[in-house]
Amino acid sequence: MSKDLDVQGIVKSFGGPAAVDGVSFHVPEGSFFSILGPSGCGKTTLMRMIAGFIEPDQGRITVAGQSILGLPPNRRPVNMVFQNLALFPMMNVAENIAYGLKCRGEDKGAIGPKVDRILGRVGLAGFGDRRVDQLSGGQKQRVAIARCLVLEPALVLLDEPLGALDLKLREHMKIELKQLQGEFGTTFAYITHDQSEALVMSDQVAVMARGRFEQVGSPRDLYYRPATPFVAGFVGQSVRWHGKVEQRDAGWVLLRTAEGLPVVAAWDGTGTDAQLFVRPEAIQLARTEAELGTLENKFEGTLSSLLFDGAASSVLIAENTTNTEVRVALPQSGPMLQLVAGDTVWFGWAGEAGACFAVDA
Amino acid sequence: MGRAGRLSTFLLFCPALLWLGLLIVAPLVDMGALSVSERVSSDEFRFGFANYATFFEEPVYWQTFARTAGFAIIVTAATLVVAFPTALYIAKQAKGMGRVALFTLSLLPFWVSELVRTLGWMILLRESGLISGLLQWLGLAQGRVELLYNDGAMLVGLVYGGLLFMLIPLINALDSLDEHLVEAGLDLGGSRWTVMRRIIIPHAMPGIVAGSIVVFMLTIGNFATAVLLGGKNSLWFTQAIYDQFITRFDWPQGAAFGFMLLGLSSVLVWLGLKLTGQSLTRSLQQP
Repeated sequence: MSKDLDVQGIVKSFGGPAAVDGVSFHVPEGSFFSILGPSGCGKTTLMRMIAGFIEPDQGRITVAGQSILGLPPNRRPVNMVFQNLALFPMMNVAENIAYGLKCRGEDKGAIGPKVDRILGRVGLAGFGDRRVDQLSGGQKQRVAIARCLVLEPALVLLDEPLGALDLKLREHMKIELKQLQGEFGTTFAYITHDQSEALVMSDQVAVMARGRFEQVGSPRDLYYRPATPFVAGFVGQSVRWHGKVEQRDAGWVLLRTAEGLPVVAAWDGTGTDAQLFVRPEAIQLARTEAELGTLENKFEGTLSSLLFDGAASSVLIAENTTNTEVRVALPQSGPMLQLVAGDTVWFGWAGEAGACFAVDA
Repeated sequence: MGRAGRLSTFLLFCPALLWLGLLIVAPLVDMGALSVSERVSSDEFRFGFANYATFFEEPVYWQTFARTAGFAIIVTAATLVVAFPTALYIAKQAKGMGRVALFTLSLLPFWVSELVRTLGWMILLRESGLISGLLQWLGLAQGRVELLYNDGAMLVGLVYGGLLFMLIPLINALDSLDEHLVEAGLDLGGSRWTVMRRIIIPHAMPGIVAGSIVVFMLTIGNFATAVLLGGKNSLWFTQAIYDQFITRFDWPQGAAFGFMLLGLSSVLVWLGLKLTGQSLTRSLQQP
């Protein structure tokens, strides 16, 4: 039996609206599963129910086919990396890692070599005698993960462990975590509010809002085929319009935005009002209309400001007839680099590039 | 710092300096001088350590001290055992008003003087007291039961007197314990007892040390509770000092005993710290 995590119909309320409202998902052994959501969406509650610190009101949680509900946290085959890591300051690195093995009553002679081996695998060989407060942020991170992995759990839960790190280190640890997970082959369930962490590391991501899963899918699915307006708005950057359907024709609609901009989008939904999300990098920039070719949406505008942010630079363009402001990604190579505020530019995107959702009028 | 600054610093320190100088240092120096003066005749004294020698030569004195010290250690340990769960509850479980209420409840008895608190225990424990009456009413005792004037009564009274001084440093220390450490301890497979032994108690160690030193020192130097609840037969070292000063009017001998108490109890605290591998500076630096 593989050590899959299976969660079915979990409900938990703390009096008032349910914090977790009927969530189901399945994590196959050895995969990296993320739960992505804004703070207060119930993701921490969900994780604490899997760890055993909170009992759900309804639902089933099984690991390797065995229900773990009712078991205290110390008897679940699940270990958790806490947000603040929760390394024991009264113990050194080796003692921190040996803690779980000792609790399990492993043979004293076997513990030392196990601790040394895992320290080596996370790149901390020889750090056993260090005090916890002598470690850097990234090293603490690795100790916290090693402390769980040494127990060979069926599942490691990670509660935003990168939150406290600075940006550079966070970027680095994302890659490192993904590699560690791959090397050990342990199932990781990771919760975060940072979409980039979830997208970079995960095999599967669940987007959570108001106690429910909005969508579960691969990072690519979430980004290119968001199932709900929430996912479209939460994952990645988007230009967002609210519009009325003016014409409808075989999977295509013509929307008139609130500002009066006519846009074409691929949509087979019904309803008279729609929300349209377009990724900034899906919008092309050009000096002339001809360069945009056969794109369904083409507009002329005036560049109002340049937002330089290295590879993530963008420009704000005011469309000429309606004055609609649009944010467009600015590639850091090619002819568009010479753009300055006040230039006239053309911008356009394919009808399929937008994600359209019905809105209750 | 300018002249005015230095002057105001000096003036601010003045009350404390006067307090320390006049009420602690001066009497101590005077006592020290007194304790090393031997009586030659009724009103003639000379320098010498005869008063200190008496402490070691007369078994009754050092035995009294040993008993007092032993008892104070037991009281300290008992106070710690009673105070720890209470402190843990107040620091980690109680929230908001409940916490304030519990803290006030432990503080309240100390708004009353030690003597009155001790008399309270006497009302409860004496032959015609509440507990004796209750036992008779329940049919558990045939006649009146005397619960006062024994070591048990003394222990109860002294633990009660030390409780607050143990609670405050313990609550302080436990307050800073991150709940996630406890959860991590459980999550990694530790039982509640393991978590208590390996995480909570080590974290609270500075508070335990600070509280234990204060309670030990207060207990070993206690007078009213020990004498009133312990009765005539229980030997307490402060009683011996009192006797020298008040009953026998032998001030040099009393002063020597006073210094022995100060010196020996400090040595005991030092030994205690050494044996448990704790450091006083670390305990005093607790957040």
